[in-house]
This record gives sequence, structure tokens and C-alpha cells, in this order.
Amino acid sequence: MSLFPNDEAFKLDVLREVGNIGSGHAATALSTLMDRPVDMAVPTVSLLPFESIAERVGGPEELVIAVFFRVEGPAPGNMFFILHPRSARRLLARFEVLKGSEGDEYTYSELELSALCEIGNILAGSYLSSLGDLTGLYMSPSVPSIAFDMAGAILSFGLLQFGVMGDEALLIDTTLVEGGQKTEGQFFLIPDPESFDKLFRALGVPVE
Amino acid sequence: MTEMTFIKVGMADLNIAGDGAVLKTTGLGSCVGITLYDPILKLAGMAHIMLPDSQIAKEGQLNIAKYADTAVPELVRRLREKGADVKRLVAKMAGGAQMFAFAVGSDSMRIGPRNVESTKLALQAFSIPLLSEDTGANYGRTVELDSGTGIFTIRSVQFGVKEI
Repeated sequence: MSLFPNDEAFKLDVLREVGNIGSGHAATALSTLMDRPVDMAVPTVSLLPFESIAERVGGPEELVIAVFFRVEGPAPGNMFFILHPRSARRLLARFEVLKGSEGDEYTYSELELSALCEIGNILAGSYLSSLGDLTGLYMSPSVPSIAFDMAGAILSFGLLQFGVMGDEALLIDTTLVEGGQKTEGQFFLIPDPESFDKLFRALGVPVE
Repeated sequence: MTEMTFIKVGMADLNIAGDGAVLKTTGLGSCVGITLYDPILKLAGMAHIMLPDSQIAKEGQLNIAKYADTAVPELVRRLREKGADVKRLVAKMAGGAQMFAFAVGSDSMRIGPRNVESTKLALQAFSIPLLSEDTGANYGRTVELDSGTGIFTIRSVQFGVKEI
């Protein structure tokens, strides 16, 4: 399947830039929250078979914490903020109010999950509002929802809109890194198939 | 002890197995893992269903393993090809969870329960009895069906291993 019959390389570049700008703002927000520098890796944009999407976080049975948002507005889509348990613990350790409640990497209190959910919310908010500024399209995250489970079970929920079109989805994958090495979190943006033309038009990319 | 042979069933995929091989699919969330089993031939089939109804498909080449209403008939067809008798077939299934709790007022939030309902309807069309199920709730599952015994194993993070 080719999602973009014309100018595919150029369009993927544009989407990479979309990921770049969005996660750049999210990295700044996370850096402020953690009070330490946070960088980002170059985003990857690819049309992936459903099976391969969970591989991006370690495989379908890898345990991850994910905050899910439905992106609302004229160019809707699905967004995940994904943390590996180790990163989640590191992130939580930065917050004074949560001190003393530390469990292991596989046990989280309600308060901790709620804090992670709120961090995801703040980061997704800055990701999407920067895309809104860029495109002039209103983009807003829905109420966030958090899950700690197998990656395959979680991520498949974001593939339903692509599911009716074929067996692949276009994923804008960006990684936030701290200190140049430790992964802090990963953003998956999966615009609905119908949203690409709207995004491209708003960015002045010719649409067939 | 002989080595177990695992046959992987991917997302929106189906397969059949015999000779004691084990069918396995990982990371079921709102998706449904449906299995059919002929206990006489010890022949098993499994599908990893993603969506309830092929009517909503917009794809050119329909992937019949993806939809409940097309995957079940295809499993039956594949098993019959190997000599299974539809009157002997029994079903077990798991999955159909709602991974995220909030409601955004869209049908996609209820996709898990809809997958389960639609799979049951497809089984009824062939009068295949559903022996047991572990569906719904809000957690992911990895499932296996042993073609030698018909035992269906479910693994989840919260509840460990369970057999139905």
C-alpha cells in the first residue's frame, strides 16, 4: 500500500518535520518539569505493518505505560505517550510530592499513575498546540487515559482507523532522551487516514 | 520431552494447526482471539480479529482474517479442508477488552465488546458451541491453543496464567 502516490518522499519529510516540531515542544515542556535537559532523537515516519508497530517499543508483550489521547479537531488522529517502566520510575522520582510512595518498576499507586497521566497530558498539549500553531488547524488532546500493559494490546487501539483501510498504519515516532542516552519517553502520532490531506493543505503541500 | 511447535498468528491473521502444535497470538487488547477445535482430529484454528464487521472495510483487497464476520467462516473452511466436521467443532475465545477507560462518545471506544458480540454471532451461524471465554475487562492477553489437547491458555499481566 502506498498512502501517498505522488511526492511520497517529500510528504514523509513534511510529516517528519511535523513530528520534529511537536516533540521539540514536548521535550521543552518535559525539561521544564524535570528541571534537567531533555533532547529528542530525529523522528521516524513510516508506513508500518500493524505487527511491526509494537516492535518500536520492544515487541507486543513488552510491558509499557501508555497515555492515550484522541486528537480532536479537523485533522483527528491517535496519540500515545509511551514510557518503559524504568523511565516512568525515573520520571516519578523527580517529584518531591511523590517521595516515599515508591514501588518497584511494576507496581504503581493510583497517585503515581495519575501523575504520569498528567505529565503525558502536559506534553501532548504542548506537542499538539505547536502543531496547531504550525498548521493553523485546531488540534486538541481528548481527556487522557492511562494503561500499564502489553504494548500490543495497547497500541492496537490506535490502529483501528487504519484497520478499515489495510494492514499498515503511518506512524510518526519520536523519542525523548535525557542526558543523550536514557530514553525518557516516546510519542506515537497516528493521524487518521483522512487527516493527511488536511494537514498537507494547511502546510501548503500540493495535494492531488 | 519433545519440543513444542508454536505457530504464530499475527494481528488480523489466522492459521490452523495439528500434530500437537500450539497456535499462539500475543497482545490482544480490544482484538479477539477466537479458536475452533475438532477434538477427534485434534485439529485447531485461530484468528486474531481486529474489527467486528467487514461492511466497514474501505480496503481494496479485503483481509478476511481481520473481521469477525469473515474470519470465522474462513477458519471453518480451512479446517474442513483438512477433514474437520463442522458438527464437531467447538470454540473458545479471549480478548475484547476496553484498554482505555474514558468515553469519547465514539463507537471505537466500544470496539472490544463489539468484536466479542460479532464473533459470537458468526459462531451461531455455524451452530458452533462456545465452550468458554475470557473476554472484556481492561487488560491485555496473550493466548495459546494446544492442538493436542484443546486447552486454551491465557496470560495477562495482572492475573498470570489461566486455562479455559
